[in-house]
Amino acid sequence: MAQFSPSTEVDFVVIGSGAAGGIMARQLSMGGFTVVVLEQGGWGKYGKEHEYTKDEYLNENGGLDYQLMSDPVRQPNTFRRTDAENATPGSHSYGCVVGGGTVTYGGSSWRHLPWEFNEATVTGGVRGTGLQDWPLTYAELEPYYVQAEWEMGISGMRVDSPFVAPMSKDYPVPPVALKASGALMKTGASKLGLTVVRGPLAVISKDYQGRSGCVNCGMCSGFGCHVKARSSSAVTMLPQAEKTGRCEIRARAYVHEISVDAAGACTGVVYFDAEKRTVRQRAKAVILSANGTESARLLLLSKSARFPNGLANSNDVVGRYLMLGNTVSANALFEHELNDYKGLVTGAAIVDYVPSDPARGFYGGGRMTARGFDTPINYALRGLSPGTARWGAAYKQALRDEANHKMTITSFLTQLPLATNRVDLDPDVKDAWGLPAMRITSQSHADDIRNMEFFRQKALDVLQAAGATKVWAGPVNDARGSAHNRGSCRMGTDPKSSVVNGHHRAHDVPNLFVVDGSNLVTGGRNHPTMTIQALAFRAAEHIAKAAKGGTLARL
Amino acid sequence: MMAEPRQRFSIDFAAGRSYNQPRKDTTMSGHDRSRRAFLRQSLSGLGAAWAIANAGGIAEAAAFAQQSARAATPQAFTFFTAAQAADVEAMAAQIIPTDSTPGAREAHVIVFIDRILSTFEKDAQGDYTKGLAELSANTRRRSPAAASFAALSSADQIAVLTAIEKTPFFNLVRTHTVTGFFAAPVHGGNAGKAGWQLVRYDDSLNHRPPFGYYDALPDSTSR
Repeated sequence: MAQFSPSTEVDFVVIGSGAAGGIMARQLSMGGFTVVVLEQGGWGKYGKEHEYTKDEYLNENGGLDYQLMSDPVRQPNTFRRTDAENATPGSHSYGCVVGGGTVTYGGSSWRHLPWEFNEATVTGGVRGTGLQDWPLTYAELEPYYVQAEWEMGISGMRVDSPFVAPMSKDYPVPPVALKASGALMKTGASKLGLTVVRGPLAVISKDYQGRSGCVNCGMCSGFGCHVKARSSSAVTMLPQAEKTGRCEIRARAYVHEISVDAAGACTGVVYFDAEKRTVRQRAKAVILSANGTESARLLLLSKSARFPNGLANSNDVVGRYLMLGNTVSANALFEHELNDYKGLVTGAAIVDYVPSDPARGFYGGGRMTARGFDTPINYALRGLSPGTARWGAAYKQALRDEANHKMTITSFLTQLPLATNRVDLDPDVKDAWGLPAMRITSQSHADDIRNMEFFRQKALDVLQAAGATKVWAGPVNDARGSAHNRGSCRMGTDPKSSVVNGHHRAHDVPNLFVVDGSNLVTGGRNHPTMTIQALAFRAAEHIAKAAKGGTLARL
Repeated sequence: MMAEPRQRFSIDFAAGRSYNQPRKDTTMSGHDRSRRAFLRQSLSGLGAAWAIANAGGIAEAAAFAQQSARAATPQAFTFFTAAQAADVEAMAAQIIPTDSTPGAREAHVIVFIDRILSTFEKDAQGDYTKGLAELSANTRRRSPAAASFAALSSADQIAVLTAIEKTPFFNLVRTHTVTGFFAAPVHGGNAGKAGWQLVRYDDSLNHRPPFGYYDALPDSTSR
């Protein structure tokens, strides 16, 4: 791996090493540029993935080596529904390790559909919301979807359906196994006239590009992958970036300022290293890929005489239009064993309700996924159906009776972008480094709540139709934190209403690029990763061209 | 109220699930305590695999496991006194009783709990000390002549536990009992994989489809 002195001006600093950061690092270093990647989290088991534990207790309790998500105590955040409320401790958490959230995610890799890029036009918009068209079309992004699917390694099956994005090329790897939950979803869906498709997943079903195929261990989402079958940035993009000899990754590097000169151009970044020492890394340009909440927070932290309200925030849009991502679940028991703890979390989805339909009386759509994920401790502590005993002989009998008989349908839903839903800096709470904590303000639009209720009932209907012996679903609740955070540095053509342009360049700062989920103008159906990855490949190509053409430093 | 440890959900499942507000915990104080309390109370899920314990916990636990394996006779308890261990084991045995298959007692859940209180979950020691003292007081109230909770009849034990089943201490012991019964045997409980056998969990970590009944049906995957 390359090593650079912080006083050396490298071509690019990339802040974050997840879905977007990994791709930016790889593409720019392969393009001949020097790159320093600064990752807030630790190394995890980077380069020695076989050491990732499959011990359910250790995975949650094992110390720093096993810490793959942000630490809500050292990195606290606060939450409130509206500006009128006082924020209280929040529970937002996200991937925080070299490779980011891709190290532990479920791996769903759905593309946005073509009309999701101009849904404001298609639906006529929704009054009082920030539902807007994107500054790019599906056709423009399609080649980069293909690139992302083939470079990362996505398993899936191309289908011809009005409810699934059209593809110019097949997936590189066939779909993962359809689990019993998927088979039951098919049974229920066929009785209701609904369409089930195999879910595209960032887990390779067979050997691909030197990595081995999934062994269906079942300790999947939330765990690191010990056979490198999950196509994370950590086993795809980042090792390839390092191999160029032009990319250095620094873990436990907590960036708290993007520095600018008097003319308003970035000069580099300031971060705390693992020992809390302050380090300044100089760079010709900065790529901000810290995720859909932390990127906005870092811009707001980067106040200067030139940018008193935070970097790239002259229009007060940074942090706004946050979409945390709503889901709703329903569960069921069946007569025979599913054994859905084996394999991946999901693999099949009902897609008929992806588009919004005015006949439903509200804006909203979503994708219903079949899933089962009961690892033993998790199942025994909280996986039993309502009304069962919590201890004693009846509890033990219920554990025995219900084990492996359950499936869940979780629907991933639209969420309207609202200017009032936002990330900003908490005026009181500080993190373990003394920096203002992230404050999240979020209350879903009334249509989002109606959409959740719609999907809650649809899922119960499908489970009943599939022959369930018992079904249940909790009340609907909108999100208060999530790994699917999006929208807080939205892209757009109008500098008044967006943070970056259609090529991710900050309207206010020529050599600052924000590339991650924060750019998403609309949230799709709450499966953002593949679109983030396609955007990153497209952004990297454009930025490399600008750098080679000498236009990096000017708008 | 002390809640159960955080739910481990899949990343994409957790996105946008409801986030209940962490409840104020009156039994905890200090940074590590609040950290653990946060974990127990937070429903942030998100597949969170991050640390709770001291970084040395793994090494200590591994050393303990080796030592235990070498010992010819059962290891003395590290944290509990013999009397405390008997009471906790009696509680665990009521939470997951022995019937036609092993319960918490046969699965050596007490070994798990004693061990984590000396390693990963040292910060819960005070909750046990205090909770067991209260359990003794409850026992004496019910049966003044009883030497200990463990010495009560099973029916009396159930009555005492039913009266406290909503307390933070009971929930803590329940969580630890269930966790110990289903955690990997290397942590001291789940002896003979008794927990995994109860729920027919195959720990081979290498499975081939079809996994269950419904995906094995003819045409289930081709439709």
